[in-house]
Amino acid sequence: MSDVRHPGLNLGTTDSPVHDAAEETVFGFWVLMMSDLALFAVLFATYAAMSVHGIAGGPAPVEIFDLKSTLWQTLALLASSFTFGMAALALKYDDDRRALSLWLGATFVLGALFLGLEARDWARMVTEHGATPQVSGFLSIFYLLTGTHFVHVAAGLLWMLVMAAQLAIFGLDGAVKLRLMRLAIYWHLLDVVWVAIFSFVFLSGLAP
Amino acid sequence: MTPDRILPTCLLFFAVGAPAAAQEQGFLWAAGPVAEAQRAHFVSILWWMAVVTVPLLIGLPLILWRYRLNGGGGRYRRDWGASPLAEVAIWSVPVVVVGFLAWNLWHATLSLDPYRPLGPDPLEVQAIAAEGHFLFLYPDEGIVTVDRLLLDADRTARLKLTSVDVLRSVMVPRLAGQIYAMPGMTTELNLAAFAPGTYAGLNTQYSGPLFPEERFETEALPETNWHARIEATRDGAGPLPPDVLQRIAMGDGAEAYLAADADLFARIAAPSSHGAHR
Amino acid sequence: MIGLFLGTLRWDDVTFVEFWRTPDLNNAIAAAAAGLLVLGVVATLILLTVRGWWRPLWRDWLTSLDHKKIGIMYVALALVMFARAVAEANVMRAHQATAALDAGLVAPDHFAELFSTHGTIMIFLVAMPLLTGIMNFVMPLQIGARDVSFPLLNAISLMLTAAAAGLVMVSLVLGHFSTGGWSGYPPYTGADISPGEGPDYWIWALTLSSIGSTLTGMNFAVTLYKRRVQGMHLFRMPLFCWTVLCTSILMIFAMAPLTLATLMLWLDRHAGFHFFTVGSGGDMMNFANLFWLFGHPEVYILILPAFGVWSEVFSTFSGKRLFGYLSLVYATMAIAVLSFTVWLHHFFTMGQSANVNAAFGIATMLIGVPTGVKVYDWLLTMMFGRVRLRVPMLFANYFLVTFLLGGVTGVLLANPTVDYGVHNSLFLVAHFHNMLIPGTLFAMLAAIHLWFPKAFGFRLHEGWGRAVFWLMAPGFLLAFMPLYAMGMMGGMRRTAYFSDPLFRPWLWAAEAGAVLILAGFAALVVQIVVSVRRRDALAVPAGDPWDGRSLEWLGPAPAFEFNFAGEPKVEDVDAFTALKAQGEAYRRQETYEDIEMPRNSAVPVVIGALAGLAAFAMVWQAWATAALAFAGVWAVVIGRSFVRDTERTIPAAEVEAAHRAWLADVAAATPVHRRDELTPENRGLAEEPL
Ligand code: HEM
Ligand SMILES: [Cu+2]
Ligand SMILES: [Cu+2]
Repeated sequence: MSDVRHPGLNLGTTDSPVHDAAEETVFGFWVLMMSDLALFAVLFATYAAMSVHGIAGGPAPVEIFDLKSTLWQTLALLASSFTFGMAALALKYDDDRRALSLWLGATFVLGALFLGLEARDWARMVTEHGATPQVSGFLSIFYLLTGTHFVHVAAGLLWMLVMAAQLAIFGLDGAVKLRLMRLAIYWHLLDVVWVAIFSFVFLSGLAP
Repeated sequence: MTPDRILPTCLLFFAVGAPAAAQEQGFLWAAGPVAEAQRAHFVSILWWMAVVTVPLLIGLPLILWRYRLNGGGGRYRRDWGASPLAEVAIWSVPVVVVGFLAWNLWHATLSLDPYRPLGPDPLEVQAIAAEGHFLFLYPDEGIVTVDRLLLDADRTARLKLTSVDVLRSVMVPRLAGQIYAMPGMTTELNLAAFAPGTYAGLNTQYSGPLFPEERFETEALPETNWHARIEATRDGAGPLPPDVLQRIAMGDGAEAYLAADADLFARIAAPSSHGAHR
Repeated sequence: MIGLFLGTLRWDDVTFVEFWRTPDLNNAIAAAAAGLLVLGVVATLILLTVRGWWRPLWRDWLTSLDHKKIGIMYVALALVMFARAVAEANVMRAHQATAALDAGLVAPDHFAELFSTHGTIMIFLVAMPLLTGIMNFVMPLQIGARDVSFPLLNAISLMLTAAAAGLVMVSLVLGHFSTGGWSGYPPYTGADISPGEGPDYWIWALTLSSIGSTLTGMNFAVTLYKRRVQGMHLFRMPLFCWTVLCTSILMIFAMAPLTLATLMLWLDRHAGFHFFTVGSGGDMMNFANLFWLFGHPEVYILILPAFGVWSEVFSTFSGKRLFGYLSLVYATMAIAVLSFTVWLHHFFTMGQSANVNAAFGIATMLIGVPTGVKVYDWLLTMMFGRVRLRVPMLFANYFLVTFLLGGVTGVLLANPTVDYGVHNSLFLVAHFHNMLIPGTLFAMLAAIHLWFPKAFGFRLHEGWGRAVFWLMAPGFLLAFMPLYAMGMMGGMRRTAYFSDPLFRPWLWAAEAGAVLILAGFAALVVQIVVSVRRRDALAVPAGDPWDGRSLEWLGPAPAFEFNFAGEPKVEDVDAFTALKAQGEAYRRQETYEDIEMPRNSAVPVVIGALAGLAAFAMVWQAWATAALAFAGVWAVVIGRSFVRDTERTIPAAEVEAAHRAWLADVAAATPVHRRDELTPENRGLAEEPL
């Protein structure tokens, strides 16, 4: 039993060697994510300035955002965080690879659904409002902010595929566990970032 | 030489070991109230900083001598690593100095706010910085001068600045400055001279191959001469052509124009929606 | 089709072809620089082949994940880049000294390219790799660790930095670098005004190097948190480690705004976005904010490790405990935190309100407090000591004095009132060189002198080291004091020629100073060659040439591959001094254990090469090549994640043999008094002080 603490899943009771190894790797990943969050923070700050001053006669936020579509995206991503949580429980308590794979699969599907919905939303903005990033400073930063998040989610999906392959090849060994723990942090943080985008960009953009 | 000038001159002297006062160009040779305030502020900071720097300059050679390995007479205390008294002094002296400096800074900065006119009824001038040249528009006088700024030495002036394509920065070192001139935006700068004279002005921000040429003359004229000069300029000038910027860039511009086009400045400064950024 | 793979790259972009078409002095200088580069590369390749050094280079260095070797490679890279950047500084100085109106050595655009490459290289490819290299080499040793937390990532950071260096080097031969300065402000660097490949070289070189730095920051911070040996509490870390920690934290957060700013600039240039363009809602002021949100912390990334080095130097060469350890720690942290709150002082003149300027001005001056504290702590470190003016100590004391001037001019610049008068002027150029040369550069030279024996097993030749100092120290004064004066007289930075003849003598003085610094660099090269030749006389196998105080001096020189045979005991800040005092520094161990070390890997080299190729292809808009190379990078990363056998065991017997061999060296060495530390008697065993 170890008293090591780190920001990831606690495997102290079920797999203490991996838990100890996680002290360094998971903490390191967490620190790396801090720099990723700094990136998003700067994007948000730029968005705050340009969504007000950068409209330049182009469409304003109220005109192009569609709350309903965004809400579905949010739900898909939140649900995917839940399913990843279930996957983490499967990882922690029983070496039940089937449950783990199923929950991961569900997460993958929800993540892909999110990407599809968001892409559809963008397509709608472009076709209905001519709102391409080249139109105004506001749209430039809007697409850069949501696009950066999109690319992150897509990278997360790729990562899941890689983990599926590793699960198949190596089984649930220590290295695979550690990587899944880091993927979990990554995924939940993307969710947090999305919630910020949802409230800060979409909700406040639509607020009267 | 006033006592206040001794310190900066000594600094220059120290810099290369040669008197430099021959080159009266920078703000240390202030010829207007803003530059004079800058100079005085500069000097006062040097004095304040002496409180922190002089003890080190004195202490360092003494310590190096006394505690040298070969033959130094100082006591050797290998484990001496803390002394509450010394630490308090080390922290509190700079805190006090920076405290005073901060107080000074606050007042000097607010009093020289470029958005606050220096005096009543300032002369309004609009400056457009372009590739290799400066255009000065006098909306009330209805003329435009190129690469030459005509000031009334008895009146303060208020410049509105913008730039045609890239970032530039306008300064007349002996009078005041500098403030950026930005494309699509308007910024402001106050100018005033103590006495009539000619003062160099320039762009300080790299803008391309013509950057070293981006200079202008500021002529501060006694009030009556100024009026006469404006009149003479108006008489000698032709109308402002719409492609004035291209012409000047090609080198076939005139020295002055009649400003039929009152909107020229506004048009060039327009693309941004936020104007002066306060 | 070919366009997809070669992009806009054409024959005419080759510098030599340009010279062939228009053979003037300007193009001749460009072609000569490119020729030197090509010759240098070819000569290196021939040397490697003739001497049969390819295999050792690959096996012992390029694929090594050993933090010590990675550190040494960083420093070597930095020195190569320094040679170029300091040569460029000399060309600029010679040009300005001779140029009246348009003439001079180089065309105005070429001059602009020179200050842009000089600045970019000096910051990102000299100063950063120098200090990353020193931190890499020293920090794990000082905390008693065997390596950094993520050795593979460490090597990847190095290779990304090397790729950035390669990209900037290639711009000598193919096309042109940016002319927009190291800060690359739009709209000047936008597609309308600078349509060529120049700004793209700048963008991608910065992107590569800042990704490397972010990873380094993360790696070092985690190492410091998680790899300290038993007993090494945070407040027992040598001060250098504290500065590494603060620098790492700055690296983790400060690189993001830069990466974003350059990405946005690229999108503006090539995809029609409107972040910084004039009109359509773009705003160039956003760039200024983003760039300096990175740029100011960057300044402290460059100076904090230098402060750490000076702390080690002052206490080691005074034979005394560091004065005010806690003060220094808190001062370092205060500086690191404050450094995020002052970026606006880089554009007081942008027309924001006076209140904003005043607030940022005061915040800036606040940094003066902890900085002043440090200076006096160093002074008091020498007090009650036994001061020996060895080469690092010469640099340190020179720094102490010149740093005062830099500090005073820094406080001056923090005052918007004064800054209005000297912003963009040579006064500013003098100020930041005043901080970067005596501060960062000389600290790194001191560090090289201090830790060289630990890396290679022999000291650097002291006489030639003094030559380096006595060339560079007056060189700096001569090169930059005139700039303070010229700046106060209205001389502006980035000016290709000063038509005012009164500037001429000052410019010649500055040129003379630049030549002295260049000569100092030459002396450094000679010093290394001489020291290698005399390595037997200079050898310090017992490992402790300077009567060191922290753990890195425990063990032989050069260090064990695995750093420490066992776990060193730590009971004090000056852990090694304590061990020596207790007579435990050179004790046999009862037992030895197997040690796991990371296996060599080619992955970092491949990733560096592919990332460099991707960046190069982006510069030339060769989209297909870029996409393939980028995909290649990720394919390698994913492929590597399937490799399981990444560790290698050094058997206990081998550890024991190495340890015994070292103890035999110690036994054979006579302890030397500090008076004799420069003589061949100094085999790395210090006499017990009385
Ligand atoms: C070794 C002797 C050095 C000399 C002689 C030298 C000389 C110069 C010169 C002539 C300029 C152009 C000034 C101008 O714009 O008018 C310059 C700019 C600059 N230097 Fe140095 N320098 C030296 C070392 C360094 C070092 C060590 C660093 C950084 C670690 C550095 C960083 C810079 C930067 C950032 C610029 C600004 C480039 C720009 O304007 O964008 N320099 N230097
Ligand atoms: Cu603005
Ligand atoms: Cu700064």
